[in-house]
Amino acid sequence: MDAFLAQLWIARWPLFDGFLMTLGISVGAIVFGTILGCIVGIQLVFAPLWLRFPFRIYVDLMRGTPLLVLILAAFYVPAVLGLSLSAAQAGTLALGLFAGAHIGELVRGSLQAIPPGQIEAGRSIGLTFPQILANVLLPQALRTSLPPWINTGVELIKGSSLLSMIGVGELLLKTQEVIGRNFMTIQFYVFAGILYLVVNIALDMLGKSMERRLGARL
Amino acid sequence: MTKPDTARPLLDIRGLKKNFGAVEILKGVDLSLRPKDVVSIIGSSGSGKTTLLRCVNLLEEFQGGDIILDGETIGYKTVGGKRVRLRDADLSRQRAMTGMVFQSFNLFPHLTAAGNVMLGLRKVKKLGKDEAFAIAEKWLSRVGLGARLDHYPSQLSGGQQQRVAIARALAMNPKLVLLDEVTSALDPELVQEVLTTIKGIVDDGATLLIVTHEMRFAREVSSRIVFMEQGRIAEEGTPEEIFGEGRSQRLNEFLKSSRH
Repeated sequence: MDAFLAQLWIARWPLFDGFLMTLGISVGAIVFGTILGCIVGIQLVFAPLWLRFPFRIYVDLMRGTPLLVLILAAFYVPAVLGLSLSAAQAGTLALGLFAGAHIGELVRGSLQAIPPGQIEAGRSIGLTFPQILANVLLPQALRTSLPPWINTGVELIKGSSLLSMIGVGELLLKTQEVIGRNFMTIQFYVFAGILYLVVNIALDMLGKSMERRLGARL
Repeated sequence: MTKPDTARPLLDIRGLKKNFGAVEILKGVDLSLRPKDVVSIIGSSGSGKTTLLRCVNLLEEFQGGDIILDGETIGYKTVGGKRVRLRDADLSRQRAMTGMVFQSFNLFPHLTAAGNVMLGLRKVKKLGKDEAFAIAEKWLSRVGLGARLDHYPSQLSGGQQQRVAIARALAMNPKLVLLDEVTSALDPELVQEVLTTIKGIVDDGATLLIVTHEMRFAREVSSRIVFMEQGRIAEEGTPEEIFGEGRSQRLNEFLKSSRH
């Protein structure tokens, strides 16, 4: 144990960098994915049929493709097209597109679960459709989407470990590098696992407390 | 002697036709309301009375005829001889001229009673927060809910929710109030408080078009009663004419079957 603690102290900065990278990429991806998901969800419910179609294809494509394949595609395809993305940027893009599809489906389901009387009530007091969307539909849809949205966040944090495959210096890759130097395989993998667990439990608790605060109103 | 401004109808429905696919719901309805008129529409379900109300609030499209509200033809315009539906922004402005109260309340569950009333004032009338709140407070007090401003719909009884809905519609200061079977979804013991609230509005001089199954209420508050049958107005008259002697066989049958 003393030996592990000594090695941990030596490796503290690389591991901390990796941890920050994991958090940064996850937060970036969930913000991007949430904005994208709201747009996608709204289009899937309210857009004219011809416009719904491309969004449907996007969602089904993202949901039907393994996350690792998406990450590799985001890493290699832009380079072929002459765009230069860093590994971290490509990884964030892949995770964000993945999250956007999942959150899009969540928002779609939540919007469709709202009784049509809500739109009619908004119309009857003279609200335009964008006003109804912003003040009546989205506040309700986002509330019911909250628990599965937290799940998507947890999936993203775990999924970010796959970015080690394209050389992003996130927690898992940094852990592997540390193990390469000190050969304390079990100890450091367990340590990384605990860090992921702590972040995910914290996120879960945040979600639960937000649910409680919003819960009384619905 | 009638003054010119009260002689002009506030609402003028001319030859209104509506169909869902091949099914004709309204087969040419003519109806006219002057300011301060209280008109109740009665009739069996499927006669088209709720659809008529929803057409006036522009919640339904209609295929023929005109609805003229305070001198303005609503919902459609004629472009190059073709009848086209107005844009969302125009429809919204015209919808704001009427206030609608629904059978199923349709309160916004994520907003408090005051928030429900304030939303239209803030977003449609563009009032400031304080001014909107003052109006919401006034109207919620008017419907007897001055102590429930901060309550969410889920914390209110059905009758209270419907009274919030009435306050939400009236706070917008509509020219015409539409009531669509507003007591049908309520427990029997809650019906009276809502009807009492509506009587108060009638006494204030509002113009109302009411769809109802409450015959006694219709008789008490209405200046005119309209009996609809199969998408047409079958009879129209004062409450005395409709509920008194000498009514038609069909109306007689309907009134008999609707008595509980």
